[in-house]
Amino acid sequence: MTCLIMLASGIHFVLLVSRQGKVRLTKWYSPYAQKERSKVIRELSGVILNRGPKLCNFVEWRGYKVVYKRYASLYFCMCIDQEDNELEVLEIIHHYVEILDRYFGSVCELDLIFNFHKAYYILDELLIAGELQESSKKTVARIISAQDQLVEVAKEEASSISNIIAQATK
Amino acid sequence: MASSNSLMYSLFQRSLEDLIKGIRLQLHGDSSFISKSLDEIRREIKLTDLSTKSIALQKLSYLAALHGVDMSWAAFHAVEVVSSSRFGDKRIGYHAIAQSFNDQTPVLLLITNQLRKDLNSSNEYEVSLALECLSRVGTDDLARDLTSEVFTLLGSSKAFVRKKAIGVVLRVFDKYPDAVKVCFKRLVENLESSDQHILSAVVGVFCELTTKDPRSYLPLAPEFYKILVDSRNTWVLIKVLKVFAKLASIEPRLAKKVADPICEHMRRNVGKSLLFECIRTVVSGLSDQETALKLAVAKIRDFLVDDDPNLKYLGLHALSIVAPKHLWAVLENKEAVVKALSDEDPNVKLEALHLLMAMVNEDNVSEISRILMNYALKSGPLFCNEVIGSVLLACSRNSYEIVVDFDWYLSLLGEMARIPHCQRGQEIGHQLIDIGMRVKDARPELVRISRALLIDPALLGNQSLHPILSAAAWASGEYVEFSKTSYDIAEALLQPRTSLLPPSIRAIYIHSTFKVLVFSLKAYFSAQESTSSPLVEESTSSVSSPENAFTYKSISSLVNMIELGLCSLSGTLDVEVQERAKNVLGFTGMIKHKIAEEVTAQGSEIEASRAVAFMEDVFSEELCPVSATAQEKFPLPDGLELKENLEDLQEICGEFLKPVVESNSNLFSSSEKISFSVARLRISDQQEASSSSSHPPESASLLAEHRKRHGMYYLSSQKSDDHNDSNGNNNTLNEYPPANEISADSFNPKKKMNQSKPRPVVVKLDEGDDFKMKPDASSNDEPLSRAIQTALMGKGKEKEREKDNHERSLDPGIKEQSSRKEKKTKKKNGEKSSKHRSRRRSDKDAIAAKPVEIVDFLL
Repeated sequence: MTCLIMLASGIHFVLLVSRQGKVRLTKWYSPYAQKERSKVIRELSGVILNRGPKLCNFVEWRGYKVVYKRYASLYFCMCIDQEDNELEVLEIIHHYVEILDRYFGSVCELDLIFNFHKAYYILDELLIAGELQESSKKTVARIISAQDQLVEVAKEEASSISNIIAQATK
Repeated sequence: MASSNSLMYSLFQRSLEDLIKGIRLQLHGDSSFISKSLDEIRREIKLTDLSTKSIALQKLSYLAALHGVDMSWAAFHAVEVVSSSRFGDKRIGYHAIAQSFNDQTPVLLLITNQLRKDLNSSNEYEVSLALECLSRVGTDDLARDLTSEVFTLLGSSKAFVRKKAIGVVLRVFDKYPDAVKVCFKRLVENLESSDQHILSAVVGVFCELTTKDPRSYLPLAPEFYKILVDSRNTWVLIKVLKVFAKLASIEPRLAKKVADPICEHMRRNVGKSLLFECIRTVVSGLSDQETALKLAVAKIRDFLVDDDPNLKYLGLHALSIVAPKHLWAVLENKEAVVKALSDEDPNVKLEALHLLMAMVNEDNVSEISRILMNYALKSGPLFCNEVIGSVLLACSRNSYEIVVDFDWYLSLLGEMARIPHCQRGQEIGHQLIDIGMRVKDARPELVRISRALLIDPALLGNQSLHPILSAAAWASGEYVEFSKTSYDIAEALLQPRTSLLPPSIRAIYIHSTFKVLVFSLKAYFSAQESTSSPLVEESTSSVSSPENAFTYKSISSLVNMIELGLCSLSGTLDVEVQERAKNVLGFTGMIKHKIAEEVTAQGSEIEASRAVAFMEDVFSEELCPVSATAQEKFPLPDGLELKENLEDLQEICGEFLKPVVESNSNLFSSSEKISFSVARLRISDQQEASSSSSHPPESASLLAEHRKRHGMYYLSSQKSDDHNDSNGNNNTLNEYPPANEISADSFNPKKKMNQSKPRPVVVKLDEGDDFKMKPDASSNDEPLSRAIQTALMGKGKEKEREKDNHERSLDPGIKEQSSRKEKKTKKKNGEKSSKHRSRRRSDKDAIAAKPVEIVDFLL
């Protein structure tokens, strides 16, 4: 069981919660069971949503630190270890928001609601195993659009009439 | 039919967007809609068409991520989707796997081949998907089977792939330490990459690796140093600083070396995150480097006065790291710290509080406590109790080390109890009793404060303060001889509102009343004696002050009050309260007419005073603190297995039974055997006056009898056998080894010179006995660190190393010498990087014997 703790490196999880307490995105880099996940979300959104606007962006929580920042109606939260650099994580959050902004063109909560998987893919380009891996906004945008194109091509193929007929008569 | 059905599903399948829209349209809770969608997904995901399947899986992932739906049942379908040739499907599949798989997922073995295929794919995006998946779900088996693929990708020409492969290495090493043999060299080579992203990734990996086991990575210090000096990338530098913070903690010479470049970075106008990392590295690892520390503290000051609450918080945090070693840094910023106490952010307040407590010493404790009590009064319940708790902890540390004036401290405790939000009753009560036992000189004040607490109407209503009342009741009974008017104390203990208290505490009240009564009677009789017989005139007891002088009238009114107060309790349902009340009532009933008789006829006076003297004896035994190590002084009896098989139990209970660390490890020894003594008194109602001095042997014989009957519960010791009472010691606990070796606080003349009142003696046990838990040297990373050390020393040397390990233990001196010689010869060599490389290759043997090696040109 010790390996569970060892694996937890860098960022443990990422949460996006709306001001009303609705969860918009969750990404877990450390192993949490489903039940535990819901509990964490409930606990943390209670703490963070109740904090006033002029307070610092860090919350101590279960021996970890949660760094959060509010952008419009959304709270972006990342959980890190005590020794990790809080300001760096704030920069990572900001970085992520900027990339989202560039991708969606002035991003809003609705964009994330309807393109929740895209938000994941972008996050995956930004972080791997809880570590920052890509710090260039341009590169991330390029990679994501290249992948989107791959998907588009495949979709066109799949949705062609002949393909559907082939499926049906198989 | 089936195929047409599936066509229906495929054509009219709801997309993820439809699902999201549907959920948003639900006005009255979305649970029924979600369960309906789940049924749909279950049907769709079983179809053969991969694109239908993948959309179903995507919807399921969405529901799992945002609505907490279980998706473990779809594990096999995720594996199916991953095998799709279409990138979009594959991506959905991998995403679902990363989201829902864990080490126990049974179908995990099925993806090995698919992962291998995708890792070898010519499409870099497919490779990247497989790498991301591996970084999340990689198990021991997967890591072992895919090591060679990861190795190939570490050298990929595409930076996009290579940096992800580097990120995955962390997981692979962790699961399969042997992978180090294959991949480590390539990983190290990447440290010299000119691509900032690759560098950032590889430094990130080393940062994590170093955190777990710094010693293994010392030989790489030169590479890290180069990055520290050359790089201008914030992310990279932060990671490198973290690496050095770890390395410097085990190699002090390194601290000296890196101090300069770190100062350089601090002086440069760098981003706040990097600046903070520099500060933290200095205060935590390089605090012996004076210039660096001064610079860091100056930067901390900038943080503290900044308007940004983040910087303020981090500034305070940095101060708290530096505080234990360099208190001056905190004292310099005292003003800012005190100001932060009134910050609106609870986090900032809490940090400030911790810092303030770090500053406390015996000169400023009253000033700081005064400030803090004011804050406690003003702030909300959470912070208020935090404040009270930390004051209690700081003052009680090391047997009240910093408290000089106990009268002041006791009144502070009383003040705390009256703070409206106070919930620290347990600790305050504990300290009241503790001080009563340890500090003789503080007892008069303790009794005064206790009575004031007992009659304070506010305390009775607050349940969390009941422990304080219980302690106050005990103290006022136990130390009643220091009170001015015992009548007032009895009155306080018997006030009608005590019915609000729980029975366990009421029992203490009643028992204390008993003690007060016995004391008063004793004082009354001794006063009578001294007036009646001229012989003992001079020996007017020192305990009874003029206020405590009892006349017949006052003593009988006391007895009447007690009887009145307790008679209603003789019928309560709680047995403890009832029995104690009856004990007291029995005693008063007996003593009452004796007093009355005595006024008329002088004859029975002696009998009555003997009865009281008997009780007085019972109570006169003082309650002492017991050394926490008392148990250790017992020899372990034969046949008692203390360590037998309980380790398993700890494993099971480990989660629930966290060791409770008490601020004070001493237990109370109850040397009072009051309950059975009283019982005896009632039985032998008439004979008891025979001889009060016979009490000690009597109780000892009772104990011996008890021991005979319940011998198996006693610890055997030879000492107890030759135990005798001839030494006139009425200690009923003679059976125990001398646990109370009292060592009084050493008198510190320097400090006491300017104090008008000397510090009272504080009974302190266990001096020098500290229970340091030695950290377990064997870490879980053992296989990994061994593999890494081997990799750093050159390949295939493991066997030799093991052999060397044996040799080393036999003959350390020679190895030491030879490695030193190596160093000298290396110094003459020319160019930097070639130098340490050649060294690494050439002196395999010496290094193998001495795994921790710092490259000499650095130092």
